[in-house]
Amino acid sequence: MLKKNDVAPDFTLFATPDQKITLSEFKGKNVILAFYPADWSPVCSDQMALYNEMLKYFKKYDATIFGISVDSKWCHMAFSQSRNLHFPLLADFEPKGDTSKKYGVYNEIEGECNRALFVIDKEGIIQWSYLSPMAVNPGADGILEALEKL
Amino acid sequence: MSLKPTVSKTDHILGKKDASIVIVEYGDYQCPYCGAAYPILKEMMQNYGKQIKFVFRNFPLSEMHQYARPAAIVAEAAALQGKFWEMHDAIYENQRLLSEPFLLELVEKLELDPHQFNVDIKKSELATKVDSDFESGILSGVNGTPSFFVNGRKFNAGAEDLLQLMSEIVK
Repeated sequence: MLKKNDVAPDFTLFATPDQKITLSEFKGKNVILAFYPADWSPVCSDQMALYNEMLKYFKKYDATIFGISVDSKWCHMAFSQSRNLHFPLLADFEPKGDTSKKYGVYNEIEGECNRALFVIDKEGIIQWSYLSPMAVNPGADGILEALEKL
Repeated sequence: MSLKPTVSKTDHILGKKDASIVIVEYGDYQCPYCGAAYPILKEMMQNYGKQIKFVFRNFPLSEMHQYARPAAIVAEAAALQGKFWEMHDAIYENQRLLSEPFLLELVEKLELDPHQFNVDIKKSELATKVDSDFESGILSGVNGTPSFFVNGRKFNAGAEDLLQLMSEIVK
């Protein structure tokens, strides 16, 4: 798993069925990446619902958040609509888990991302990373502390 | 994970004011898990309330629960008339009926001064209180509702376990 001071590997992933997001285009902004195992599973939903309420707090730190899982863009769209999410969920779908593998957070046994958080600064350098146990929603206090330190 | 900020006069407090056991709940009025925890917490306070100081802080997930934030603000308005806990209890006891008109029915039922309520409900302090509770929850590591803190430390289990713990430690 990538750690503080590692360069955040660039990626281009679908955010909606017809729109892709490239990490390097967000240079000049702080970025939070929240890798999570799957849409619809209870813990992930709570975690994404929590971040959804926190967008204004992230904005204060000039930070943008992206959720990432191996679910497809269509699955993300349905999940996002059902939870009324206002931030992008990226599909690490093809080649499956390619981005998660670059960040060292792919779980080969489950075929899913681990539950992992990264805070990336405006220069594209990872400033904080955290691996949470699969079944535990890590909350957002760690993210806020990391943003505070930037 | 520890509670930030610690319990103060601005909190809604039930039970024994100077108790050595302080329990803080972060709750959402529309959250079904908070609704399920409510009678258990009630039982806990009935049995052990003489030894416990219990605090409720708002943690509305407004994007998921459309009435959570209005309910929190109405309860804060009730607090200005000294009826926070009456409103808190009435909402949880009728959680399935929760809607904006129903909240206004409760205002009437609990005999809040309607004129005062209409003035108070427009005050930005109420929204600020709800937001600052939410923010304190985030900083304290709240990851969902209900979340409990016992003497400032996060209690990573549910209301049943909390009741069990109190039955063991309260003499």
